Amino acid sequence: MFAYYLQLGLRSLRKNPLLTALMVMAIGCGVAASMTTYSVFRATSNNPIPQKSSVLYVPQIDNWGPEDAADNKGEPPPAMTYTDAMNLIRDHRARHQTVLYPADLSVVPNDPSMLPFRENSYAWYTDAFAMFDIPFLYGSAWTQDDDNAHADVAVIGRELNDKLFHGANSVGRDISLNGRQYRITGVIDTWNPSPLFFDVVNTNGFDDASEVFIPFTRAVDLKIPTNGNNNCNKDPGPGWDSWIHSECIWLAYWAELPSTADADSYRQYLTGYSAEQQRSGRFHWAPNTRLRNVTEWLDYQKVVPQEAKVSLLVSLGFLLICLVNTVGLLLAKFMKRAPEIGVRRALGASRKEIYAQFLIEAGAIGLAGGLIGLLLTGLGVLGVTLVFEPDIAKLATLDVKLVLLTLLVAVMATVLAAFYPTWRAAQVQPAWQLKSN
Amino acid sequence: MLKMTHLSKVYRTEVVETYALRDFNINVNEGEFVAVTGPSGSGKTTFLTIAGLLETFTGGQYHLDGVEVSNLNDNERSRIRNEKIGFIFQAFNLIPDLNVFDNVEVPLRYRGMKAPERKERIMNALDRVGLASRAKHYPAELSGGQQQRVAIARALAGSPRLLLADEPTGNLDTQMARGVMELLEEIHREGATIVMVTHDPELAARAQRNVHIIDGQVVDLAEDPRFHHAVHQARANSPA
Repeated sequence: MFAYYLQLGLRSLRKNPLLTALMVMAIGCGVAASMTTYSVFRATSNNPIPQKSSVLYVPQIDNWGPEDAADNKGEPPPAMTYTDAMNLIRDHRARHQTVLYPADLSVVPNDPSMLPFRENSYAWYTDAFAMFDIPFLYGSAWTQDDDNAHADVAVIGRELNDKLFHGANSVGRDISLNGRQYRITGVIDTWNPSPLFFDVVNTNGFDDASEVFIPFTRAVDLKIPTNGNNNCNKDPGPGWDSWIHSECIWLAYWAELPSTADADSYRQYLTGYSAEQQRSGRFHWAPNTRLRNVTEWLDYQKVVPQEAKVSLLVSLGFLLICLVNTVGLLLAKFMKRAPEIGVRRALGASRKEIYAQFLIEAGAIGLAGGLIGLLLTGLGVLGVTLVFEPDIAKLATLDVKLVLLTLLVAVMATVLAAFYPTWRAAQVQPAWQLKSN
Repeated sequence: MLKMTHLSKVYRTEVVETYALRDFNINVNEGEFVAVTGPSGSGKTTFLTIAGLLETFTGGQYHLDGVEVSNLNDNERSRIRNEKIGFIFQAFNLIPDLNVFDNVEVPLRYRGMKAPERKERIMNALDRVGLASRAKHYPAELSGGQQQRVAIARALAGSPRLLLADEPTGNLDTQMARGVMELLEEIHREGATIVMVTHDPELAARAQRNVHIIDGQVVDLAEDPRFHHAVHQARANSPA
């Protein structure tokens, strides 16, 4: 019967092209507005590492005290000092752990025809590669021995490997960074988590991932400055050593804690560590620490732009208005066919059959609306740069998932909108209709 | 075939109760051709819609083909309508957007019949009413008599046990009415049970039996002397 009802539905739609066009356009516009804003919302609220987002944690330690914490609603600073980071690394209470910061390195190609260029890089511990599930194209991460030995080693990205080595396996070869030779231990495959969860403080979450990674220990030895934020609550004093041993915060810290028990234990450890700092006279306040997993951290950092949330809500409201209009149009369309419904009921159609016929017709309208909506969503996705920052707008894409979702939302929303008109149609009393004819 | 016992139908509003049928009794045997007559507003059409399971009744009993129908749900009533009853209406009630073939097909679709069987039945039914060549025409392209023939074909296609006709010639001129009536008589001769509501004494006279309704009750035809006389006259003038 599905094919029969679909055929009846399409015939009915062709009969009133103007009414049909009105409904299809209403649904198309409503769905397109919703899907366009959803495409931005989806990209910004994406879980960048779903398989591990509940076991990767950011610890926070309040090293500034209540006076400064008051500016942040009692929350500890979002980054860490070198002192605290090194203490946590040394205590090694997590399965994997890393401290990291962004650095701007100058790459000098071996090919004399190529000019040197700057590459945003990260200095971190080798654990980061395993923690963040970074895929390797060639080779592997450097070893813990390399970390401990402050070795001149590096991992580069696929794009940079293509650029410098024409895509060949460059493991074991050298790369010149800031005029110093580093031995390449691995080339990572395409890896561009969105949001860039491990460094949202410095990147707002939507920059491209880096192409160069070097050991944190070596970067600090070489006094490579951070390319990210550096916040101090008082003057750190002159020189590198004064700065890294000051209370300035500039480091991101990540710990992998496989179970809830591990996380609870780590929280106690952080509290104990802060208490120890208090006892030693460094902190003059009670322990104030936090431990947030990836999703909690992205939420706390408000990675999803406020305008993405607002525009999604507004467009959903618009879709609702379009659907209310559609309810009215469908009601008029269906009730105009009361005589036909009366005849069908007399000839053996149950109410269930009437429901099926009219909901399938509504589904056909929804599908047509979905196709129009798809076209408008495509245009909308191209136009999101008018509303959002370019680095966010570029994330909005019309992929297969969004295409299917657009069609599904259009059909489901229209079928939902058709329930009341269909219910009214199924209530038609055949006896009255046939008498009145 | 059709038996109503002490049946009543009441339309209630907040202030008044109106009896459309009251203590209504009728028994139609298989193969009978019964004309139900009565003045306007007497309850003829209400009787027919209840008989066709298009409307529920307030009290009494109704057995259709041996089945007490008062407790059936919508699905069961729809199935009985589809399988056992054929309707012929005064206003034809064809679906204007469907051509003749598709109109006749409607009840067969609800029976879940396969396409080849549907086609065979439709063409047989159209052939029987002399409209096989008009299968692709739309109702608006046919005369009133032809439309009623299509409606009869639609009623016949499902091979129902009972044909219910509500003023089947009411919207037709004399010549077309005669043709439709002859067709009904032919169908009856082939064994169908027909209950026809009419206020036309000439048509009533051509049925095997007359049931007269006044004020929602079956009465002796003698209680309506003018109608009785008219029927008597029509029978006397009938060539049979």
